[in-house]
Amino acid sequence: MTTGELSQWHASNPDNYLPPGLAAPRPWQDGLDTPYWDAIERNSLVVQYCDSCDAHQWGPEWICHRCHKFDLEYVEVEPKGRIYSWERIWHPVHPALQASCPYMVVLVELPGADNVRMVGNLLGDPLRPITIGEEVEAVFEHHKDVDPPYTLVQWKRVGD
Amino acid sequence: MSDHPMRGRTAISGLGETKYYKRAMAPDGEFKMCLESILLACEDAGIDPRDIDGFCSYSNERSSPDRIAAALDIKEMRLSNMFWGGGGGGGSGALANAVSAIISGQCEVVVVYRALAQGQFGRFGQGAVVNEVNNDGKWTAPFGLMSPAQSFAMRVRRFMHENGVQQEALRAISMASYHHAQQNPRAVMHGRELTEEIYDQSRWIVEPFHLFDCCMENDGAAAIIVTSVERARDLKPAPAVVLAAAQGSTARNQAPAHNADIYATSNFQHVGKRLYEIAGVTPNDIDVSQVYENFTGGVMMSIVEHGLCSADEVNDIFTLENFKSTGKLPINTSGGNLAECYMHGLELIIEAARQIRGQSPNQVSDAEVALVASGPMVTPVSSCILGVDR
Ligand SMILES: [Zn+2]
Repeated sequence: MTTGELSQWHASNPDNYLPPGLAAPRPWQDGLDTPYWDAIERNSLVVQYCDSCDAHQWGPEWICHRCHKFDLEYVEVEPKGRIYSWERIWHPVHPALQASCPYMVVLVELPGADNVRMVGNLLGDPLRPITIGEEVEAVFEHHKDVDPPYTLVQWKRVGD
Repeated sequence: MSDHPMRGRTAISGLGETKYYKRAMAPDGEFKMCLESILLACEDAGIDPRDIDGFCSYSNERSSPDRIAAALDIKEMRLSNMFWGGGGGGGSGALANAVSAIISGQCEVVVVYRALAQGQFGRFGQGAVVNEVNNDGKWTAPFGLMSPAQSFAMRVRRFMHENGVQQEALRAISMASYHHAQQNPRAVMHGRELTEEIYDQSRWIVEPFHLFDCCMENDGAAAIIVTSVERARDLKPAPAVVLAAAQGSTARNQAPAHNADIYATSNFQHVGKRLYEIAGVTPNDIDVSQVYENFTGGVMMSIVEHGLCSADEVNDIFTLENFKSTGKLPINTSGGNLAECYMHGLELIIEAARQIRGQSPNQVSDAEVALVASGPMVTPVSSCILGVDR
């Protein structure tokens, strides 16, 4: 996309942080993470939970790494976190991002879920200064124009 | 002194490197350069290439031992070994595997090798252009996080935050490599000086990495010959004795979606400790270090996790003066991945052996113990310590 095409696209897709063309996430073929993708489509943030350990786990795995119990359940967690680390990306390594730099990628820890971490984009002005520890909340970014559609969990500063 | 069964039993006896080229500029293909580097290493050691009986490599090396053995008329192959994992994490690990094969009596002459022609094959620094992702890349790629620089910047930023590290510390690492490359005619960046101003004004790739914090991508091949220390003593060059080589990882270092228990790490916390235990030396005994620069932030954490300086000393100790071959903490004396050649760090093991032989272009005076930290921030990582023969 040229810069002009990109701003046109942003105008018609105000809810999407990055332009189309990046790889669409799909569930593992064995179904491990299907409950996560189904939940975030309904604006509900879930992660794995082991009732034996009373502890959350992320990313998804077939087994609890603490006690080796199989088939953990997915539980809803508060969609709030804080910035654990961040990066401002200036050099595009994918053709779809040629006109989108800089953009922000953040690593968010979830205090309500044993501080498991999630990677996402930080919405808003990418040049705005950022501080580790800042509080953020989840934004469910629905990509409906693709087949099959999918949802991404993005983040914005609390109060933005 | 350590009585570990690995310590001091083997040595690097032959060093072979093709000319190093900018990416896609090699006139020869990857396999041909691989053969050339192996022959050069054998010539350096003074052995018949047909006597090689073991092959160790890493990073999904494409030049396979079966083809090399046929091409070189290897009399009897006894080992064909690949270290799992991408990047340069396996450089010293491939050496460790060669050492283990010799000590356990499986082999007598092992070649550790790596060949790269990125014009012939693909680049490392680009994101894959695919429609869908259903592996663990799904937790990062849809957010535009897909290259090695982008994967590692997040860890480095966290380390800098936890320890109050300033950008100047990373700059000093880059400047040290470029400084040493100016004395090394083999270096791809020979003749290209790097100043503080050039670094500061260079574009960001991904914060906190400027252009000069990121390794090159190059073409070439390198090989080393490993034998028992007894056999090495009968060969032409002075043996670079393997005091230790260790490989591994901290717990859950590659847990999906950046969920490693210990996150701000080069992943050397366990390997570094074990390395010194095997070698029977301490960080104070290290005279010179070759520390893999995929990105300068990885060098920083590798230095700390090999005990060469503590995290809260980084801002003070990381200076060009200290990093020079004449300084207190000499590193990357050939120019390394940033300025000599990105040969996935095998060139760093070669430079460490050169220091032990007294043949470096930036020789550290009286260098007797040399450390190599291979590619950081991946799983597994590996490192080694070489020493003079006593
Ligand atoms: Zn459990």
